[in-house]
Amino acid sequence: MLALLVFLPILAVLAILLGAPARLTAVSASVANLALGLFAAFSWKCSCWSLSLPVLEKPALHLAFGFPDGMSVIMVLLTVIVTLAAVLSGKAPEGREKLYFGSSLLISGGALGAFAATDLFFFYAFHELALIPTFLMIGMLGRGDRKEAAWKITIYLGLGSIILLAGLVWLANLTGTYDIAGMIAAKGSVDPAAQKSIAALLLVGFGTLVSLFPFHSWAAPAYASAPAPVAMLHAGVLKKFGLYGLLRIAIPLVPEGLNAWIIPLLVLLLGNILWVGYVTISQKRLDTMLGNSSVMHMGYIFLAIAALIAFPENPLARPAAVLLMFAHGVSIALLFGLADRIERTTGSLDLSDLGGLAKSAPKLAFVFGIAAMASIGLPGLANFSGEVLVFLAAFKSYDATAGLGPVQIACILSIWGVVISAVYMLRAYRKIFQGPSVKSTEFAADLTLADRIPAVLLVLALFAVGLYPNLLLNLLK
Amino acid sequence: MNLPWILLFLPLVVAAVCQLVLRKSAIVPLVATASAVATLVISFLLLGKTGTSAFDWATIGEFHLRIGIQLDRLSTGMMIVVTGVGALVHIFSLAYMKDDEGKARYFTGLAFFMFSMTGIVLADNFIMTFIFWELVGFSSYLLIGHWYQKESAADAAKKAFLCNRVGDFGFMIGILMLWGITGTLTFGDMQIPAAVSTATLSAAVLCIFCGAVGKSAQLPLHVWLPDAMEGPTPVSALIHAATMVAAGVYMLFRVQTSLGFEVFEELQASTVIAWTGGITSLLAALMATQQDDIKRVLAYSTLSQLGYMVMAVGFVHGEAGMFHLFTHAWFKALLFLGSGAVIYACHHEQDIWKMGGLRKKMPITTIAFGAGCLALIAVPGTSGFFSKELILDAAHEAGSPLFWIAAFVAVLTPFYMTRLFVVAFLGKPRSENAGHAHEVGPLMWVPLALLAVLAIFSGYSFINPLSPALPHHAGEFHLNLVAIVSLAALVIGVGTGWILYAGKDKDPVTIPLFRNRFYIDGIYDNFIVRYFQDALVAIVHFFDELVINGLMVGGLSRGAASFGNLFRKVQSGELQGYAFACGLGAILVIYFMVFL
Repeated sequence: MLALLVFLPILAVLAILLGAPARLTAVSASVANLALGLFAAFSWKCSCWSLSLPVLEKPALHLAFGFPDGMSVIMVLLTVIVTLAAVLSGKAPEGREKLYFGSSLLISGGALGAFAATDLFFFYAFHELALIPTFLMIGMLGRGDRKEAAWKITIYLGLGSIILLAGLVWLANLTGTYDIAGMIAAKGSVDPAAQKSIAALLLVGFGTLVSLFPFHSWAAPAYASAPAPVAMLHAGVLKKFGLYGLLRIAIPLVPEGLNAWIIPLLVLLLGNILWVGYVTISQKRLDTMLGNSSVMHMGYIFLAIAALIAFPENPLARPAAVLLMFAHGVSIALLFGLADRIERTTGSLDLSDLGGLAKSAPKLAFVFGIAAMASIGLPGLANFSGEVLVFLAAFKSYDATAGLGPVQIACILSIWGVVISAVYMLRAYRKIFQGPSVKSTEFAADLTLADRIPAVLLVLALFAVGLYPNLLLNLLK
Repeated sequence: MNLPWILLFLPLVVAAVCQLVLRKSAIVPLVATASAVATLVISFLLLGKTGTSAFDWATIGEFHLRIGIQLDRLSTGMMIVVTGVGALVHIFSLAYMKDDEGKARYFTGLAFFMFSMTGIVLADNFIMTFIFWELVGFSSYLLIGHWYQKESAADAAKKAFLCNRVGDFGFMIGILMLWGITGTLTFGDMQIPAAVSTATLSAAVLCIFCGAVGKSAQLPLHVWLPDAMEGPTPVSALIHAATMVAAGVYMLFRVQTSLGFEVFEELQASTVIAWTGGITSLLAALMATQQDDIKRVLAYSTLSQLGYMVMAVGFVHGEAGMFHLFTHAWFKALLFLGSGAVIYACHHEQDIWKMGGLRKKMPITTIAFGAGCLALIAVPGTSGFFSKELILDAAHEAGSPLFWIAAFVAVLTPFYMTRLFVVAFLGKPRSENAGHAHEVGPLMWVPLALLAVLAIFSGYSFINPLSPALPHHAGEFHLNLVAIVSLAALVIGVGTGWILYAGKDKDPVTIPLFRNRFYIDGIYDNFIVRYFQDALVAIVHFFDELVINGLMVGGLSRGAASFGNLFRKVQSGELQGYAFACGLGAILVIYFMVFL
């Protein structure tokens, strides 16, 4: 059944290419997938979800899908939720509907394939499949400096993927299989020297895909330029592939190797949180600010991963990371969707052109406020539950008699990030929505019913997980 | 144990219904007010009850984060303060906000605040405290920024949120450290292992204290509270005088009782706490002497009184601080609501030099406001006298020089309140608005009258069952050194205030240092925000552009661009060029896996 979930968007792309009405097909496929995804969340332990078809005998490749644990289920849920919101939020340019909705669906299908694959080859290949339409959409339908942005993300993620590929192939060769579960079973065959090198390749490879500092500068221009659904799907979903990969592949297979890199990893994640945090404060446009903020928040998920690397028995780190991945995905998708809506109604995302929008568009202000507060980490919204668990995870191994370890010190410094994100988010909210109205906002249109459906979907997800995180945590038992 | 859960969630349900269902309906204010009165009734029913009740909020294996309620004297007494002031402020607001076009939003915000504040009071563990701690900060942000189209209100809301965030940065670290030290997040289970050094514990307690510094607006994070006066005045009474700003003191006392008083006596952190409170009370009182805005005088006075409470906690006499919190809540809410009545009557005039002569025009308000003044300046027999005596006693007992600082503050307080009362209420009207003022309606004066009764009597033993903490000799009076000093302070303060200000039309004293709040706000805006933070941001941004973007990535993508151009020439057309370069990885994977 998982194969259905993965191939439904891809089949819908084919249908669109063959002439089916683009938006309608995309929306119906996404609704069907959301239903399937929710159903999966209730019944994922059933073996009926898995599938394995031999593709090649030597090396033995299988088109294999399954839910090895709740983490995949949560990532699939995130994907189907954000996909529906993305296809509902965007407005395709005249005459480009096929490309616009087809690409969105393809990104979604690729992400679902990567999260559901239990075979290393397809795990990687599906992600690549999703990247191609991402690059195309930015290059062809992007705004502003679209060509430069497209090149930057292409080169960056292309190189990251190749480095990652080297690490994955090395691992597959050592363990002698492409089946991920089989690889983990054979992890004894990865010797310590190889572990360290492979860990470096995986950290840089996966890290680049997640915009780990200093491999992050593709992200902000790409998201600023990308059409809304692409920004929502990439920042919200596809980018999580790198983190998912670290948790699914790297940590089980090369734990000691990663541990050797713990200090550099901590320094780099602080680069995400503090350095990029201050870069975010300096942004003068909403879209680049959101792009940078999404880079910054990756640091917290890396912190959870670092806590897990430093203390492998840490029970809190993995759930914390997964919860925050979900929360960040939903909240950043909502923010990008609303930013696009603001630009369509006011004609600008330059903070100095905006002001007092809450007067003419109170519903937009209300929903954007929820999204901004989620991003700041206000309790009751999903991001807070993730962040607080990350901090607790980092202090799980704290020994009060021995003093603070490196992970705790990094955690303390990274908590300053909650101040930084409040600074830029409230500054943006203050500039856009508060104060007296200006020319561009005076007669701005408020959210219509059609605008509200995707927003409400994402807001509900933020509240559900924020008010009762056990909804997701129970899936990880 | 259903009643406390209803107490906690009723305001949330009301806020949600108002926001989502009733929206701009005219019954929103009534629904919110009814809910506030209902919570007051429930709080009375809960008096004297003890016990805990909790449900799991986040569960990971053996690890639980809980939403739990702890009922004891401290929490039930504090609930009387929160819901009592809350209910009166709701009623007062019905009249005060009746012509405001955003009144539905206002009352929804008040209901949400009541929920958040109740959560802090009832919390039985640190994470729940932190959750609601953030939520009160958020509701305060909403209510300060109620008139969001006004630049100053929007800025003040942002400033309040950010100052609190800076405090919460420390608070979170403190919670994590204390969790590491005690192995639990629940207040009731905390034990300090002997192996932990007092230095580590001190560090943890100081970090926790940072949270209180932000929320209770102690130096150096006090700057947000005076600006928060941009919010509607009833909000100032409820949030920025009686309840939320007192939450810092409440939380510190909760921690003090959980870890044990004897633990605190040994900690260096206690000294830091006491001095922070003492210095705040002094500087804030000095600033209050030179303010012209009636609400700002009260705001600085609140800072100063909060400093007293924090100082008491630092002397490990948290119960004295809590007792002062209890009496202060009533008389300061009274003073703020009284100033609200004055502002309302004077057509939103807030400058005391443009008031005057209100005694004859608004007799009820004047009497009530006067009662509040008497309690604040600690006239013997009023509630404020008993509670302030206990704090001075604690300072004297500790043998600290802070006793003399606190005594000097006890001179300043009657001085600036005499100035305020004489200038605003006595003499002749000094502006047209003040000349046209007339007494407010019963929806406004009845809450004032009730608060006036409490301002006088809340220190007496027959009210004690309502109070959150009972110091041993509350309501008693002994003529000792402390009492003589504080009586002398009262006489000197009122006397100089009267001599300087009776019958004056403009301020005869100008002390720029106090008027400009020791230039602290200016230093923050100019130095920390403009030069330090903005410069840091600019430097980071510059390096990001130059090094990471310009050299590393620029070089990379230039190199790759020429590489791509090659493909583009071969393939012709942009689409293929992109697709080809993008798909490079995919092609390589197939190559590696299949052909090697």
